[in-house]
Amino acid sequence: MTSRTIPTALDPARARELRREAVDVPVILIGTGTCGLGAGAGAVLEAVRTLPAVQRRGARIVEVGCIGLCALEPMLDVQLPGRARLCFGRVDPGKARTVLDAMLGEGAWPELPLFQFPADGLQAWDGVPAIGDHPFFAPQTRLVLRNCGLIDPRSLDEYRARGGYEQWLRVLAQMTPAELCAEVERSGLRGRGGGGFPAGRKWRFAQETAAERKFLVCNADEGDPGAFMDRAVIEGDPHRLVEGMAIAAYAIGASRAYVYIRAEYPLAIANLSVALDQARQAGYLGRDIAGSGVDLDVVVKKGAGAFVCGEETALILSIEGRRGMPRPRPPFPAVSGLFGCPTVINNVETLANLPELVRIGADGFAALGTAGSKGTKVFALSGKVARTGLVEVEMGTSLADVVHAVGGGVPGGKRFKAVQIGGPSGGCIPAAHLDTPVDYESLKELGAMMGSGGLVVMDEDNCMVDVAKFFMDFIQRESCGKCIPCREGTRHMLEILQAITRHPRSEHGHMALERFQGVVNLEDLAGVIKDASLCGLGMTAPNPVLSTLRWFRDEYEAHIFGRRCPAGVCTELLSYRIDAALCNGCSRCLRECPVDAIVGEPRRPHTIIQERCVACGNCVTACHRDAVLVS
Amino acid sequence: MPRIEANGRTLEARRGETLLETLRRGGIRVPTLCHYEGLPPTGACRLCVVEVDGLPNLVPACSYPVVEGLKVHTHSARAVNARRTIVELLLSNHPDDCLYCARHGNCRLQDLSEELGVRARRLPGTRRHLPRDVSSPAIVRDPDKCVLCGRCVRACQEVQGVAAIDMTGRGSGARVDTAFGEGLNVSSCVNCGQCVMVCPTGALTERSHLDLVEGALRDPALTVVAQVAPAVSVSLAELFGEKPGRDVDGALYALLRRLGFSRVFDTAFAADLTIMEEASELVRRLRDGGPLPMFTSCSPGWVKFVETFYPERIAHLSTCKSPQQMLGAVIKAHFAARAGLEPERVFSVAIMPCTAKKFEAQREEMLEGKLADVDAVLTTRELADLVRRRGLRLGDLAPEPADMPFGRRSGAGKLFGASGGVMEAAIRTAHHLVTGGELADLKVEAVRGLEGVKEARVRLGDLELGVAVVSGLGNARRLLQEIDAGRRDLHFVEVMSCPGGCIGGGGQPIGADPAALGARLQALYRIDGAETVRTAHANPAVRQLYAEFLGEPLGPRSHELLHTHYDARTVLR
Repeated sequence: MTSRTIPTALDPARARELRREAVDVPVILIGTGTCGLGAGAGAVLEAVRTLPAVQRRGARIVEVGCIGLCALEPMLDVQLPGRARLCFGRVDPGKARTVLDAMLGEGAWPELPLFQFPADGLQAWDGVPAIGDHPFFAPQTRLVLRNCGLIDPRSLDEYRARGGYEQWLRVLAQMTPAELCAEVERSGLRGRGGGGFPAGRKWRFAQETAAERKFLVCNADEGDPGAFMDRAVIEGDPHRLVEGMAIAAYAIGASRAYVYIRAEYPLAIANLSVALDQARQAGYLGRDIAGSGVDLDVVVKKGAGAFVCGEETALILSIEGRRGMPRPRPPFPAVSGLFGCPTVINNVETLANLPELVRIGADGFAALGTAGSKGTKVFALSGKVARTGLVEVEMGTSLADVVHAVGGGVPGGKRFKAVQIGGPSGGCIPAAHLDTPVDYESLKELGAMMGSGGLVVMDEDNCMVDVAKFFMDFIQRESCGKCIPCREGTRHMLEILQAITRHPRSEHGHMALERFQGVVNLEDLAGVIKDASLCGLGMTAPNPVLSTLRWFRDEYEAHIFGRRCPAGVCTELLSYRIDAALCNGCSRCLRECPVDAIVGEPRRPHTIIQERCVACGNCVTACHRDAVLVS
Repeated sequence: MPRIEANGRTLEARRGETLLETLRRGGIRVPTLCHYEGLPPTGACRLCVVEVDGLPNLVPACSYPVVEGLKVHTHSARAVNARRTIVELLLSNHPDDCLYCARHGNCRLQDLSEELGVRARRLPGTRRHLPRDVSSPAIVRDPDKCVLCGRCVRACQEVQGVAAIDMTGRGSGARVDTAFGEGLNVSSCVNCGQCVMVCPTGALTERSHLDLVEGALRDPALTVVAQVAPAVSVSLAELFGEKPGRDVDGALYALLRRLGFSRVFDTAFAADLTIMEEASELVRRLRDGGPLPMFTSCSPGWVKFVETFYPERIAHLSTCKSPQQMLGAVIKAHFAARAGLEPERVFSVAIMPCTAKKFEAQREEMLEGKLADVDAVLTTRELADLVRRRGLRLGDLAPEPADMPFGRRSGAGKLFGASGGVMEAAIRTAHHLVTGGELADLKVEAVRGLEGVKEARVRLGDLELGVAVVSGLGNARRLLQEIDAGRRDLHFVEVMSCPGGCIGGGGQPIGADPAALGARLQALYRIDGAETVRTAHANPAVRQLYAEFLGEPLGPRSHELLHTHYDARTVLR
């Protein structure tokens, strides 16, 4: 294969068109990322395609990725010629028809749009907030997500129209790999996958290691419960990742790169594959790129969904076709990694930062964030928060701003309790520390960690022992099983948590003693697991327990000594009673009770015999009159 | 030379060494469980964790490279607590049936809990329960006793290149299993038993024939005869607390008679018989043009390996049965008639250093429409157990000779117990067959020793042969790959499944000192050197058997009784 000629710069008028700063027909944009499709965007798309108004006006339909406001999916945007683009949320096929009939008919909206996208040369709509003023977007700084939801992810030209691949070509022409490594090191960019290791320094180790072959690996094995940052970036702006990978591969001297992505992300894989084909066709990848003598190809490798394969040494083995189990380091992958060659493994977000980092320069990037944490961080905001979604904020932004300003706080008048950050390796941060800035060190001090960006908000209805139990259950199932502290220790910690939340009457023999010893053993086991485990998964596995113990010890004590769950989540610790005034003696509960704890004549009020009750809660579900009282 | 400080003492390290190696040379013992001498560390068990100044976490000594100035605390409270907790965690998920376990008293987990002072059940918990795999004729797997150290997997994959077992499942559901969990009998397992040899607990054991043999010994209607393989007499004493390398040949025969065996024969006699047939076969193949190289067929693990992985090379395997099966065949066909016994009432027991022999005795070809050549196989370990069951001791007995007609052997036959022995014995006899004379020096140095691959050019009159001796199936696979790639200089190849040959067999004492193998080897060389008859063709008992019964090597009766055939195997892998 010979060097391809890089496409010439886009004609300015064409670029404006591609950025939709000038459209000649109405354009309808529908968010069809996985989140949008899950909320029903597929049906909306089908309906819109067949609408007479759409066909009559010759309107163009564009599928875009997720803009981040998941709570209001499916989203449908309309841009009339000469006017700013408008966004409508929670659209179903009926609402889409109403909106489009009105917009494409009389050019007015039937209900107030969420916001508009102001742009030069486009007339704004009166009375509609600009996207930048919307409370969800106002506090955000979008570097990685800047194109998500705006561009067609399957169009190379739309990416180019917004500066795409300019930085890759500039780096190739103007910087040596060593300079590039130094630039990134100076920018202070740290790994966004969880560990937070300085990206430039990791590159330098690999760059300075002499080897015939080197590899770059993009870790897209996003596995934390509640995390979907990488998926959204790849689905919505795949070329940004490709450009970032090209820059990183050049910096370390790799001519082959892998994207290790979980097979559960079919849309991301499809969009990424299209982007890679386009980049090869256009000559941004391949042999002798832009006449520089530099070669690079990128291979997509699908993972089978093992959480541990996000650990870099396990990921390497998985790419090599072997069982994904971590191995001891040193040697570090930067010295001996994939197929024994120097290998740099960076997370999707780290790599997707690079085009913008190079554009604004190390100083520009370092101007964002705090002393130790530069740039921005993308979070997947979920849980008990009004506006769930994908957010990107400057490092140093307080958690309170993320939860309350961006997320709109806890809905339903409930009291905020904690935010879980960092997934199974992270921890919970209580209300008292919500003013903590988002940076690697501050979060660590509180017993949590930045992690890859999962951020789950919890309110008074969440039981923290239950939360800890959820994560221990996850970890003990997802541990690779190789090292004993992690394999046996996490299972043990889970069993202790189960003992704490078990119904008093299911306790036999020494179980009460075990329950009392539980907290002591939990802390002791946690210490050994952290200290002696083989890989990062094990070393951080006890964090969800330790951090909840640290901030919510009273809840543990209520479970252990008081035998009650203050949040009312641990069903086995609740007590059940039938309100004789409400019960009509229908016997539904009696039939559903697995232990015959309910007695009563037909059509007369029933009673629960407390000594027999195992607190399964079946009677509550069975009762049609809400006569079973839970306390 | 980097220097490190361990527990306040300065130790000289060697460049490129791991911390564990430096500590061991310095006399500091750090416990290990998953460590596998000679293979790269996996860092799985975490028992060797030590505290290193300046590092936030404990580090595993087995995989940590030594660097100048390292300050190490191997037995700090933190390190010891971590180790003890790890063992407690293992114990909490381990069956409490030590008293019923085959490895009671020879168990790494017992040693570790003793060493770390675990004296109470601090961490109670639910135990995993998985079914035992009793599908294999040679090896029993009890996954409940498995501590997932991974040593069996490494023996099977990295040493033997068989990969019948691997880690499967995740987290607390992780286990060692066969392909699709379908059992060893349908896997690529060759029954070599190297996994059993490296298992720290009772998760892997041989399939016991002890009850079968005891039953036969107590049955008045049966005449129970024994044959003992060459490697057994030089290793059995270790199971009674003696130093490796002592030959207990004569005492062993005495012992077997006390146990109730009516006749005790020497498998080395059949090794001589094998050589008569196999050397003749080699000479015929050389004359008729192949197929060459000819592979030995004494090691049943190797035979199954070829059938499974290299079926296109089956024609290269010698058609000779192994000595065990040859002796089994002539016991029932010749000895029974001579002694006036009904073959059906002769119960033939083979005492072998091997687990694959149990499989071999049950191969279909060995049973086809007739009596089994061999009815039960005991490993060296099982024999020691049987001796203890009867309250006997090895040291008390005066040596006795083996029984005729199969009690006389040559030094060459005894050499079968070590890698290179078949080759050396075959060269001695092939030389005689080709030239009519004897080798000036019977010792063939080039094929001796414990190396996994040995090669030599051997002159037999005006013929020059290329020979190779391989032990360990991983080495065998590499040689086969060379042959597949076009290597043409070899005429005869000896392969033993187990590293070192039968002295390192899967039925031998578990947990022996690595130096034991060398001591057993030297014992065999000493025995050969001291024999008056050192070649198979000079063994008068063998000559008599041909004269009285078999006729001539490769003759019709030999063909019927002493040769066999092989078939390609389809297994799950």
